[in-house]
Amino acid sequence: MAVKAITPDYKGEVLDKVENFGGNQVVYVGWDHHLMFCAPFAYPLPPEMTFEALRTQVMPETFSLHPEFEQIDWDNVSWMLDGNPFTPQADVALKDQGIGHKSVLRFSTPDLNGYQGAGV
Amino acid sequence: MAAKKLNIKDKYRLLTRDLDWEYSYADRKEAFPYEDFEGIKITDWSKWEDPFRLTMDAYWKYQAEKEKKLYAIFDAFAQNNAHLNVSDPRYINAIKIFLTGVSPLEYQAYQGFAHTGRQFGGVGARVACQMQSLDELRHVQTQIHAMSHFNKFFDGFQEYSHMHDRVWYLSVPKSFFNDARTAGPFEFMIAIGFSFEYVLTNLLFVPFMSGAAHNGDMATVTFGFSAQSDEARHMTLGLEVIKFLLEQHEDNVEIVQKWIDKWFWRGSRLLTIVAMMMDYMLPNKVMSWKEAWEVYFEEAGGALFKDLARYGIRMPKYSDIIEKEKEHISHQAWWTFYTHGHAAGFHTWIPTDEELDWLSEKYPETFDKYYRPRWELAKEMEAKGERFYTKGLPQLCTTCQIPMLFTEMDDPTQTSYRDTVYNGDRYHFCSDGCKDIFEDEPEKFVQSWLPVHQIFQGNCGGPDVGDILSDFYHMNVGVDNMDMKGSPDELRWKQWKGVA
Ligand SMILES: [Fe+2]
Ligand SMILES: [Fe+2]
Ligand SMILES: [Zn+2]
Repeated sequence: MAVKAITPDYKGEVLDKVENFGGNQVVYVGWDHHLMFCAPFAYPLPPEMTFEALRTQVMPETFSLHPEFEQIDWDNVSWMLDGNPFTPQADVALKDQGIGHKSVLRFSTPDLNGYQGAGV
Repeated sequence: MAAKKLNIKDKYRLLTRDLDWEYSYADRKEAFPYEDFEGIKITDWSKWEDPFRLTMDAYWKYQAEKEKKLYAIFDAFAQNNAHLNVSDPRYINAIKIFLTGVSPLEYQAYQGFAHTGRQFGGVGARVACQMQSLDELRHVQTQIHAMSHFNKFFDGFQEYSHMHDRVWYLSVPKSFFNDARTAGPFEFMIAIGFSFEYVLTNLLFVPFMSGAAHNGDMATVTFGFSAQSDEARHMTLGLEVIKFLLEQHEDNVEIVQKWIDKWFWRGSRLLTIVAMMMDYMLPNKVMSWKEAWEVYFEEAGGALFKDLARYGIRMPKYSDIIEKEKEHISHQAWWTFYTHGHAAGFHTWIPTDEELDWLSEKYPETFDKYYRPRWELAKEMEAKGERFYTKGLPQLCTTCQIPMLFTEMDDPTQTSYRDTVYNGDRYHFCSDGCKDIFEDEPEKFVQSWLPVHQIFQGNCGGPDVGDILSDFYHMNVGVDNMDMKGSPDELRWKQWKGVA
């Protein structure tokens, strides 16, 4: 049973269905072992946006406050999409490479260990 | 003719159990429609042992006495300008969280117990719930009165009720109680009556109230004492409910265990904010969150679960994770608020050097290794004139609605990510505990009103964050929020105290 309710076959309204976001989809991005930002960021993005645009235009707005952000060698970054290893394609739209509504992208930078090497 | 003066036993019987009646023409099931759908089996309500032998007339008399004393102290507090006696104006920010985050829960508790006080088939349980309902209404009223004095002198108190319904971090306590109140009456009692009142509120009322005392806030302390005798009754009721359910039918054990697992997890998530208040917001320290957790949860709760083991009840699921998290959550939470200080309805700050040392001493395993470096970075940025306020909005847990700030306990600098797909949509969680709760009742939690998503959907005004804060949240932007340093609160305090 999907809920214990006094009403038979009770169905909840899905508040976060993609149709409610005015043409955008929500994408979350987190930097592994970098907790200067207390949590991954949530971005409302057009599904047609390219990965390149996400990485070079959207992400820097929030991530660039980190002292290590400038030093990232993007060719040596490894990515995860929704829990699986992922190789992004720069010029391809998010939706055409499996980055869907409420997908989580994680990136890790093996040579950068956060402020004072403490995962910050 | 009845005797003029009844003995206590007869009076008690007449004023509680005898208030019930047999149904001659109506169907009892229709009168108590909420009693069956949760799967709980009650075979005999008369086995209910009244947890406190209190009748309504005695209740009014007793509460009125307490009220008289309480309001005399509030009056004295106001007349003596006793807000000037608090340890440090930073302390007041903990009280702002209390009024916006906790007091409205007292009101929700009042509503919840009024509902169970109507819906239980057993009259003894109904009367007990009604009294608790009135207590909770009294709690919200007396808290508002206790804190109204601070509203005259400090910012951030003025819109507590409006804020409770809208502000991003207040959706955490609000949705916790909404979840309990939209459950059936038995789950509500295990959620609030047992898990919350019997184990978790002690952590709020005992160590936090002594924190108020240590910081010179006699208004809040007096409220705390006045609520204490009510709380003792609430704990007794919580314990009676669980024992009654477990004794009524063996099939209830599994259901009750599931609720214990759920509500202890939800409760420990909710108390993250109290952890932060104790470790970071009380300028004069009483005990660390970790110490409080060990005394009130591990020792007291441990003894309780030993006692319940004879019914087949075990410790709440994920107790092992909860035990490790006591070393981390207060630091993670205060960092979250510090870095979102522009969007909070109270002030935040970097702990002083003495406070950082106190934290190192209280958290020798974790503070210097994981958390002190964050404050070093914050200090460095502040010194450059770039006080760190994070940009953008965080990902939230669908169940507890807290930003995804919790980390893996075997890898504490790594965010803990969990997710599940339900009916084609993906949902995210901070922990296995929160994920289990969703997966057990997805049709309930697909309805989570997640503040970040609501902002993205355009339901909170904006899109400018500043407009959302002022127009939708009713924060006084630039006054209620931002760092303690340079705040109007701080400036006024300095004027009152005659320091530059
Ligand atoms: Fe209360
Ligand atoms: Fe209570
Ligand atoms: Zn959660």
